[in-house]
Amino acid sequence: MAEDLNWAIGGEAGDGIDSTGKIFAQALSRAGRHVFTSKDFASRIRGGYTAYKIRTSVDDVRSVVDRLDILVALTQRTIDENVDELHEGSAIIYDGERSWEAEIPEGVAAVDVPLKSLAEEAGGAIMRNVVALGAACAITDFDVAYLDESLEKRFGGKGSKIVGNNREAARLGQEYVEENYELDLGYELETTDSDYVLLNGDEAIGMGALAAGCRYYAGYPITPATNVMEYLTGRIERYGGHVVQAEDELSAINMALGAARAGARAMTATSGPGIDLMAETFGLVATSETPLVIVDVMRSGPSTGMPTKQEQGDLNMTLYGGHGEIPRFVIAPTTIAECFWKTVEAFNYAEKYQTPVYLVADLALAVTERTFPPEAFDMDAVEIDRGRLIDESEVGEWLDEKGRFRAHADTDDGVSPRAIPGTTDAAHMSTGLEHDELGRRTEQEEIRVQQVDKRYRKVETAREREEWACREFGDPDAETLVISWGSNEGAIREAMELLAADGIDVRFLSVPYVFPRPDLTADVEAAEDVIVVECNATGQFADLIEHDTLTRVKRVTKYTGVRFKANELAEEIAAAIATEVTA
Amino acid sequence: MSSQVRFTDFKSDKQPTWCPGCGDFGTMNGMMKALAETGNDPDNTFIVAGIGCSGKIGTYMHSYALHGVHGRALPVGTGVKMARPDLEVMVAGGDGDGYSIGAGHFVHAVRRNVDMSYIVMDNRIYGLTKGQASPTSREDFETSTTPEGPKQPPVNPLALALAAGASFIAQSFSSDALRHQEIVQAAIEHDGFGFVNVYSPCVTFNDVDTYDYFRDSLVDLKEAGHDPNDHEAAKDVILDADKEYQGVIYRDENSVPYGAQHGLESDMSEIPDGAPEDATDLVREFY
Repeated sequence: MAEDLNWAIGGEAGDGIDSTGKIFAQALSRAGRHVFTSKDFASRIRGGYTAYKIRTSVDDVRSVVDRLDILVALTQRTIDENVDELHEGSAIIYDGERSWEAEIPEGVAAVDVPLKSLAEEAGGAIMRNVVALGAACAITDFDVAYLDESLEKRFGGKGSKIVGNNREAARLGQEYVEENYELDLGYELETTDSDYVLLNGDEAIGMGALAAGCRYYAGYPITPATNVMEYLTGRIERYGGHVVQAEDELSAINMALGAARAGARAMTATSGPGIDLMAETFGLVATSETPLVIVDVMRSGPSTGMPTKQEQGDLNMTLYGGHGEIPRFVIAPTTIAECFWKTVEAFNYAEKYQTPVYLVADLALAVTERTFPPEAFDMDAVEIDRGRLIDESEVGEWLDEKGRFRAHADTDDGVSPRAIPGTTDAAHMSTGLEHDELGRRTEQEEIRVQQVDKRYRKVETAREREEWACREFGDPDAETLVISWGSNEGAIREAMELLAADGIDVRFLSVPYVFPRPDLTADVEAAEDVIVVECNATGQFADLIEHDTLTRVKRVTKYTGVRFKANELAEEIAAAIATEVTA
Repeated sequence: MSSQVRFTDFKSDKQPTWCPGCGDFGTMNGMMKALAETGNDPDNTFIVAGIGCSGKIGTYMHSYALHGVHGRALPVGTGVKMARPDLEVMVAGGDGDGYSIGAGHFVHAVRRNVDMSYIVMDNRIYGLTKGQASPTSREDFETSTTPEGPKQPPVNPLALALAAGASFIAQSFSSDALRHQEIVQAAIEHDGFGFVNVYSPCVTFNDVDTYDYFRDSLVDLKEAGHDPNDHEAAKDVILDADKEYQGVIYRDENSVPYGAQHGLESDMSEIPDGAPEDATDLVREFY
């Protein structure tokens, strides 16, 4: 991989950290550079510490590392929080005129720029962060003109004067550094002719939903899933859809269920605490055989846990949540682009198999922005399959001897005909009670067994008909097999490069399907070492692999609230290879 | 479905298991007649039922229907109507479903003012679980779980609705068949959330709020010359703790339902075979 640069801006919540970081990330993307962003943030509106971090390279970047090259520090705490990541040759941009006395670690270049004064010169103190961006451009030999377009994007709505002032602010920052410092830190940001799009996982899920024909979204705000709702708001209307903010998650999932019964492709998204409430309705979605996409953007639990921190702790909840036995699909996208494609798939599976589909993403995917070539979201490749949705001409085939519609007909593949309201002569009730083919309550043993079997037969059908493939990386014959699910894919792929440099070859299976999931028995048996990597304390996915393959695996887990970093993962995998598997 | 819809078309061939004499029979008959009378048929009608004796209504009626989770009938109805403005949506449940476990949804459904009707069979008791206090039970009503009575005032659902900004509030009595039907019909015809609290006596577990009690105490607002467009008069009726009333208590003639507020006109069930034509614009936004 070409040399990467790690840049960050940090300060207090309310300092405009996010929008400043985004402006720089967009400028880098416009310059044909790959970008991978991450955020340090707390659940508060003002104060505390928050940072927006960018890793950029001309090659693809898929994860974060614990090295920081350039830091724009608006507070001393920003420096303190990142002191371990700074190194000899790092630079800190700060405003020496501000009241705090910056303590710059040894070996780190102190770039004192009067951010506030220069911003005032350009038209207002509020632009001090943009002055810092200009200063960063000077240090990295990056043409400040690349900022112009992203400043237009950010401030265009506020008028050309504001945009012009911001451009001026950036230039003043750049000139100040060029005139006052002679830095030779070796950071030169090459540019390329490539065009990239820059988006986060929540946005990719929202865009996937629109591409897939989602017309109804009901949700309740919760970090880190709110961005899905915010993305859809204002866009779904273009296609005749609607976003409704419900009074709670109990309501949100039931609204979405209602819209789905009415025939719309419907979705709700939430995070841990909301998924707990929604669990009440999981069984109803399944027994009424309603196609519904339920997104869980995981965060650190249990209870309120660490709301702005990463964790993959809800696997068991989405797989087993709800009383009774509930046929369902659980899909976990492994990259931001996959958030888009797996959302499209989720809608198709929901309608083809008339059952809940859980799309399980996590905070690391949701708040990270990453560049992709626009072809990664090829809209022509989006296929829509509405399953056994029937119209009036087909109703006759599904009536019983008394002319009543068999909405839960017991079929060979388990999938019943679906007639949406308004379809003549197909009026029927569906219910959370056990029911017969007509949807009417029953407690007769034979019918109970027939309906349970029929519902689970859909899963078996899907297992046979659909492709539940892993994404495979590395040496297929390597002795060490690493298995993971969800967002760890990028960090593991990069860790593999580091391991390879140390002579350790690894085969990596990145599993996007939790249920149904691929059978990895042969792969596990063929490997000398099997290491399952995930962001939780107990190894929930490792449990599933052991259950499937009847083989003990090694576990690399992390539950600090921070995603895996490539270099630490490389060390942990190497250490795991060296230890014995424990029962 | 033929153009001549009769109310019996809304009846399923399943025999109700309600106790003989249950108020829910009369409540249901009035709902079926009101639906037929307002030009609906089972194929364009969606009924959402809650849990409890009243929740069984979805089984005994014939239409598109969902019998859902306890307390969540209103959110389901909300989703159906938003996705399909062409459907007639009626939500039915009991006092426990609507004013206890679903009370939060009730307040917000009233505020939201979605164009659907909400029929609550209020018998002031939990019948299906065999006689426990409900949110509308009297303070001194002795039950198996409240041997000395709940010792807390009953919920006044009409006042809750009024406080939440209801555009239509009515109350009826299941045994006054004509008046009940007329009131449900008005709720269906109302542009917005048509809320009807129906006194629907439980003959098995409630020996206080009986047919005789309601017959003797009900004041008919139509006969009393009440003007439902008068918000102040509605407030007086609703907060009058000494009497029971039947009739349309409040109706906002200028009600603008949620769908009209938000421009919801599309049938959301119809989507293209692939991504929307201009979907690449969505990608372009991220340049």
